[in-house]
Amino acid sequence: MKQVLKLMIAAMMLGLPAQAQENSGPLRIEITEGIIEPMPIAVTQFVAENAGAEAFASQLTDVVISDLVGSGLFRNIDPSAYIGSVTNFNAPVSFPDWKAINAQALITGAVTLTSDNQMVVKFRLFDVFGQETLIGLQFAASSQSWRRMSHKVADQVYARLTGEDPYFDSRVVYIAEEGPKNDRKKRLAVMDYDGANTRYLTGTDDIVLAPRFSPNAREIIYTSYETGVPQVFLMNVDTLSRRVLDSERNMTFAPRFSPDGRKVVMSLSNGAKSDIYSFDLATGQKVQLTNTSAIDTAPSYSPDGNQIVFESDRGGGQQIYVMPANGGAAQRISFGKGRYGTPVWSPRGDMIAFTNISGGRFHIGVMRTDGSQEKLLTGSFLDEGPTWSPNGRVIMFFRETQGSGGAPNLFSVDITGQFLKKVPTPTFGSDPAWSGLLE
Amino acid sequence: MTFMKMGMTLACVLALTACQDFRQNESGLDGNGVNGSGTTTGVDPNLTGVNDPTSVAYFNQTIGDRVLFQVDQSTLTPTAISTLDGQANWLLANTSYTTTIEGHADEQGTREYNLALGARRANAVRDYLVSKGIAANRIDIVTYGKERPLAVCSTEECWSKNRRAVTLVATGLSS
Repeated sequence: MKQVLKLMIAAMMLGLPAQAQENSGPLRIEITEGIIEPMPIAVTQFVAENAGAEAFASQLTDVVISDLVGSGLFRNIDPSAYIGSVTNFNAPVSFPDWKAINAQALITGAVTLTSDNQMVVKFRLFDVFGQETLIGLQFAASSQSWRRMSHKVADQVYARLTGEDPYFDSRVVYIAEEGPKNDRKKRLAVMDYDGANTRYLTGTDDIVLAPRFSPNAREIIYTSYETGVPQVFLMNVDTLSRRVLDSERNMTFAPRFSPDGRKVVMSLSNGAKSDIYSFDLATGQKVQLTNTSAIDTAPSYSPDGNQIVFESDRGGGQQIYVMPANGGAAQRISFGKGRYGTPVWSPRGDMIAFTNISGGRFHIGVMRTDGSQEKLLTGSFLDEGPTWSPNGRVIMFFRETQGSGGAPNLFSVDITGQFLKKVPTPTFGSDPAWSGLLE
Repeated sequence: MTFMKMGMTLACVLALTACQDFRQNESGLDGNGVNGSGTTTGVDPNLTGVNDPTSVAYFNQTIGDRVLFQVDQSTLTPTAISTLDGQANWLLANTSYTTTIEGHADEQGTREYNLALGARRANAVRDYLVSKGIAANRIDIVTYGKERPLAVCSTEECWSKNRRAVTLVATGLSS
């Protein structure tokens, strides 16, 4: 199987044209307030600066637009409404032309192919009404990495206009599903965050479940039935070599990495009960963190590594608890209607995403880490398994339809719950887990 | 010579039957429930069919290879206990068999929770069989959570069939 391309992106500041004028306040979107109307922007077709760059320039522009519009925060103005045009990347911008169509921001770019299939992408972000250049950057990398360069451009624009960390240059590991409901085949798969470039990591022989990326996205932990019982495996994404974590033949599942990547926390079931264990990847040392007669599962570390959020039915029903990372007294934090499971700590540390089952429906929701300010973002026959974008502003999950033809697909929703969309995958998909921002 | 040959043939037939049943249950193709398993095409029905009380087919069909559970429960119902009494007696009489108990859940729960719940169900069956005198080392358990539904509709009619623990019997040593 093909090695994952390593992207070496050299970024340098472009000289900013002396266009900065008086400013009527920063051009900025506040995400937390709930976007009623997306910001109108104009992403002009990137200019191909030499032969062979045309196709790249066109595709790259499309991905930048798709990223920004797909965030739900921006609306790209149709080029048929343009008064001005950008055919030369270095020609001065005529701000009145863009003001006239109410473009709040203008993005221009250019693509040059150099020798050895290297590609240089330049772009500028303008505040149209402030008549100011906000960003001027250029990236150089292999032309095979053109999609990642597109995501890098969109990430820069998103970060500058929202004040948030970006998330477009990231990947998702998930379970690709095919076949009828009573004979479903499952494969481990990775893709770009937007559903492009799916690559399968396993065959269909064994059931695989709930994969998660290591912090540097070079390794994946997941549950497989390869040995006949569910067991947690560690796989290298490049070489596909894998090993079972627990040397004993226990049923283990629901693994997640610690933020430093040195440990894995997971559930171990002896049948009667399921407890949470941490597993040191270097030493193989296994430490039991919970010890009740209950089902304790779905553990997730806080980003500082000091706490673990998990689900347990120790109180009689499935609810969410928080405990110190080394075990100890657990505090219940979910007190709303119904059952709560699959808690995941936000990479920002401020919130916990979960699955809620109430009223015969499944919901994806978020709450503060003390359980306050709970908000359900989605609801359907079966919405399950949230995962956070690297910046903690978007949640991906899977939605399964009901009935004999029922099947799962991947969806994403922003944390205001206003912008829900399907993530396209070649097959059915479930159990998504987002990587951090790629390096 | 003749005796050896016969012995080998018999072991082969038994192993084949066990193998076939296991595959059907695991892949969930046995959509007809208890009566759908244990087909013995090409094999003398007088030897391995339901008429032979030592056969896997007899265990699966006449005694019953599975028990069902209430929503989110792993408590054995009176019906389940009656079935398991039959399984225990059969296993006491047929000591060359080991078992794997599969625990399953319906689709009305999250994946990880259902894995733990399926384990609880398989374990409840194991505990009961052990209490009836079956050696613990003859019993393996595995949970499939909601991964292997038998019935595919999204109503209680199907869900009730999927909340199950299935006792698979086979010759050979338990792993």
